[in-house]
Amino acid sequence: MEIIMILVSAVFINNFVVVQFLGICPFLGVSKDFKSALGMGLAVTFVMTLTCLITYPIYTYILVPLKIEYMEIIVFIFVIAAIVQMIEMALKKYSPTLYNAMGIYLPLITTNCAVLGVAELVIDSAQIAALIGIEATAMNMGYAVLYGLFAGLGFTLAIVLMSGLREKINRLPINKHLKGFPIAMIAACFIAMAFYVFGLV
Amino acid sequence: MKTNFKKIATDGVITNNPTLKLVLGTCPTLALTTAAMNGIGMGAAVTFVLICSNLIISLLRKVIPNQVRIPAFVLIIATFVTIVRLALDKLLPSIYESLGLYLPLIVVNCIILARAESFASKNSPIASVADGLFMGIGFTLALTLMGAFREILGAGKIFGITLWDFKIGFFSSSAGAFFTYALFIAIFSLVAGTIKTHKKKKATVTTEPKEEVIEEKEAE
Repeated sequence: MEIIMILVSAVFINNFVVVQFLGICPFLGVSKDFKSALGMGLAVTFVMTLTCLITYPIYTYILVPLKIEYMEIIVFIFVIAAIVQMIEMALKKYSPTLYNAMGIYLPLITTNCAVLGVAELVIDSAQIAALIGIEATAMNMGYAVLYGLFAGLGFTLAIVLMSGLREKINRLPINKHLKGFPIAMIAACFIAMAFYVFGLV
Repeated sequence: MKTNFKKIATDGVITNNPTLKLVLGTCPTLALTTAAMNGIGMGAAVTFVLICSNLIISLLRKVIPNQVRIPAFVLIIATFVTIVRLALDKLLPSIYESLGLYLPLIVVNCIILARAESFASKNSPIASVADGLFMGIGFTLALTLMGAFREILGAGKIFGITLWDFKIGFFSSSAGAFFTYALFIAIFSLVAGTIKTHKKKKATVTTEPKEEVIEEKEAE
């Protein structure tokens, strides 16, 4: 039951891209065609899940007992960079086909704010508990990892929807001042309106 | 080496405005422009980090090996973001609250890494500090203007002072954020384009820009 709550909350109501505005750069930059959008989405989902799996225990069992919580930003960004680097090396060695599909997006993910965003969000137990409707004290690693996974899927959903819209928009005659980013943002505006409805339910 | 401060200033604030021209650092721009005050708070925080990181990176540009420069830049930026975060938490808790999650996310703000990579790692410390300052001002101005626009239309307020009861909820929602940003980029591109053609050919400005204005209005 709680899994469904987390899914609905992370994918629809608090969608990372169009409601919380995290990961806008790849959302606008890598959404020009369906295939690359899907590749980017899945790569981000994978990294976000792994990041939650690693940063949550580091924060809870190392930084908090040592009372050095203020180091979180530096530690997290290093963990993310290391994860991305290791995935890249592993993929290159064991799965060249997957590397060819995902490889070019991996370096971009280090500076994707959705990844650092989810790491910062899951350690803020009061906020995350309010988002998924549980008690703040009941927050544990399972929820953190699940939230990372579903937030990533929400990102994938948004970027795939966006790529579909942009493939159609590219065929239309558009004023040169609106071409590129502005028209993409107006498309994003409609996606945001659609997701807004989930918040009302 | 002589530094052209005037060029750095116009580049940062107008011709290469990070928010409206380069479209960098979009996440905080969209999320925090619900109020004009947020724009100033976020702008000041980013400007501080930008100046400090540009200075340090520029000083160390000959020491940092090329292969590990990105991790080194990120580490330097993360250090300053931590400083800003601790300082705001103590000194200005209300701004710390309203910036929330987006304060630590300054680390991955593309503006800072982009300036470190494309300017500070190639120029002298003084020029880099000037670049950081003016890029920061450009970012702050854009965010504050967009914040004011959305605050006036979405909440009927400016800097928290109530103007009237008239409100359009759309502009304070997330959809309104995308719409406002699109509108501002389009208007900026239109104005910049018009000024350019004015400067280039003073004789032939009569018809072209006017047509564009009409198209722009229809598109909106």
